[in-house]
Amino acid sequence: MTTLEPYVWSNLVAGVLLLAFLGLARLVRGQRLWREAMGELWGRRRLAILVVALYTLIALLDSVAWKGGVPDGTVGVLPGAPLTLIDRLFLDTQEASYSAPFADIEFYGGNPLRIPGAHPFGTDILGRDVLYMSLKGARVALLIGGLTSLIAIPLALFFGVGAGYFGGRFDDFVFFLISTLASMPGILLLIALIMAMGRGTLSVCIALAVTGWVGFCRISRAETLKLRELDYITAARALGVSELRIVYRHILPNLAHLIVITFVLMFSGLVLSEAVLSWLGIGVDGSWGQMIDGARDELSREPIIWWNIGAAGSVLFVLILAVNAVGDAVRDVLDPRTLRGGK
Amino acid sequence: MGAYVIRRLAYGVVVVFGVLFLLFVLFFTVTEPDDIARKALGDKAPPEVLETWKKNHGYDRELWPWQDWSDNLLFDHYRKMLTFDFGLSDADDSPIIDRIRAGMGPSLSLTIPLLVLGLFVSIPLSLLVAFFRETYIDRMGVFLCVLAMSVSALLYIIGAQFLIGKVLRWYPISGFDTDLLMLPRFLALPVMVGLASGIGGDVRFYRTVFLEESSRDFVRTARAKGASEPRIMIRHVLRNALIPVLTQVVLAIPFLFMGSILMESFFGIPGLGSMTVDAIHANDFSTLRTMVYIGSLLFILGQVATDLSYGLVDPRVRFE
Repeated sequence: MTTLEPYVWSNLVAGVLLLAFLGLARLVRGQRLWREAMGELWGRRRLAILVVALYTLIALLDSVAWKGGVPDGTVGVLPGAPLTLIDRLFLDTQEASYSAPFADIEFYGGNPLRIPGAHPFGTDILGRDVLYMSLKGARVALLIGGLTSLIAIPLALFFGVGAGYFGGRFDDFVFFLISTLASMPGILLLIALIMAMGRGTLSVCIALAVTGWVGFCRISRAETLKLRELDYITAARALGVSELRIVYRHILPNLAHLIVITFVLMFSGLVLSEAVLSWLGIGVDGSWGQMIDGARDELSREPIIWWNIGAAGSVLFVLILAVNAVGDAVRDVLDPRTLRGGK
Repeated sequence: MGAYVIRRLAYGVVVVFGVLFLLFVLFFTVTEPDDIARKALGDKAPPEVLETWKKNHGYDRELWPWQDWSDNLLFDHYRKMLTFDFGLSDADDSPIIDRIRAGMGPSLSLTIPLLVLGLFVSIPLSLLVAFFRETYIDRMGVFLCVLAMSVSALLYIIGAQFLIGKVLRWYPISGFDTDLLMLPRFLALPVMVGLASGIGGDVRFYRTVFLEESSRDFVRTARAKGASEPRIMIRHVLRNALIPVLTQVVLAIPFLFMGSILMESFFGIPGLGSMTVDAIHANDFSTLRTMVYIGSLLFILGQVATDLSYGLVDPRVRFE
């Protein structure tokens, strides 16, 4: 087997995600319950959904990469390196040093810029376009939220549903596991995991998943305990349906709304945690957290450089706000037990 | 009651053992003593220096007790942690316990005012929001909460340091003083930041608790017998909501720790949080291990204490 280069992987993942999205859309359209829920969600939080979709689109554009098409010797590009669509949009925009948003000259020194007025968010100390770096961060943020959920949710379902449905020793074990993990303060456990596994995107995601799956495991365990006693499960068992099939056909579909709610509600917490980790020096390269961390000292320059941290902070804030808004609406729409609209 | 106390305490001890095992797996098997030694001394250190270093720090043994029951890292780890014999720092060979003793005071001087003030601010606010339920005040309040929750803690800290410390010059940007008269000046900014970053989530959570409580039958009865709305909110809703509020306070302790890790090193407070951050930067595994253990231990103690006080207040808990 030949090893694939990272950029090919990234292309594949983007494709798979697109297909998965289309598949999910078909599934949602096919079922009246979900179709109506999604319709209501769209009616309630149109703007927030559009914002999230925009970030996702940027992240996807930044995931599709190919080699070539760039003349050798372009500033800031390694020869032969694969470039994404976003990279290509911002080719050859590197300046010598800081420039303010829409400026024509360098911030310190006053030399004319190579591309005057073309940096809507200014440039950083190395002359990189801040808008470009902010856009690149979208992919990292969605990667953190997505990959972590992809690890945490199946893990939580396996242990939670298993413990709730089969009970006994396994339940005791899961309960012990959960209480052990839950009695370690989240940030300390994160630090311990990342330090032990080594820094890097994957270990950050695994660490976030290990600390994040506990809550959903509890919820799915409790819900399974409730579902197990329902009449149709008893009926299925009486008909001789196998245990695994009952879990797959009758328990999991009834947890689907909880999965969606957890995914959306977890997401913003994950991205915010990564920002904190970045500041501790154990975050993911290219994230907004690292931009904020890197720009921290620049506020103490005279005159101050505010656009770096402003841009990173705003894009982070807008995404989190939109996801939080969607998350609240998702919970209200999908979970009939929550207090609707504050009643 | 006696049986309940014993059962709960025993489970607490079991969880402590679980935490210690997890720490062992992370800090001795995932990161092996050889890695730790090499990170402390550099890649070029000769083997005999590595061996001496491992010997001094107690790493020169078998990991698992399969071969030798009396001399292995697993039992050693348990024995040391349970007797609070934390040994030497991997980075600078100083005794860890001394630094913990020195750091405890500054940490508490930040987190205790923060916890108390946080309760005094967020509970009245959430009562107010719950009192005006289903009006524009309520909707506005919830929206502001979500807005406040969406800002990264980093931005709160940097923003406050910049605005209040640098531009307005009300309080020093960072620093610490053991003098009781000077201390509040240094703590003002971190406490304000802590309040701001926590208030959104807290108010929203307490509001839900209060709303849940105010849909109970006894609230309807109180209203029917003609009690005034403020009296209902304070005497009937708030008092009955105290149990979930207490749970939330205990749950908040690790987040307090998280907040204080960030804030202590941003604001230059020489507490346990800055110690943890320094340990990360210095690859100081033994200090990190100890900090995670102490944090978990405090949290477990808090949980056990809450559960026991529930048992005391609410007889139903004891018979579960």
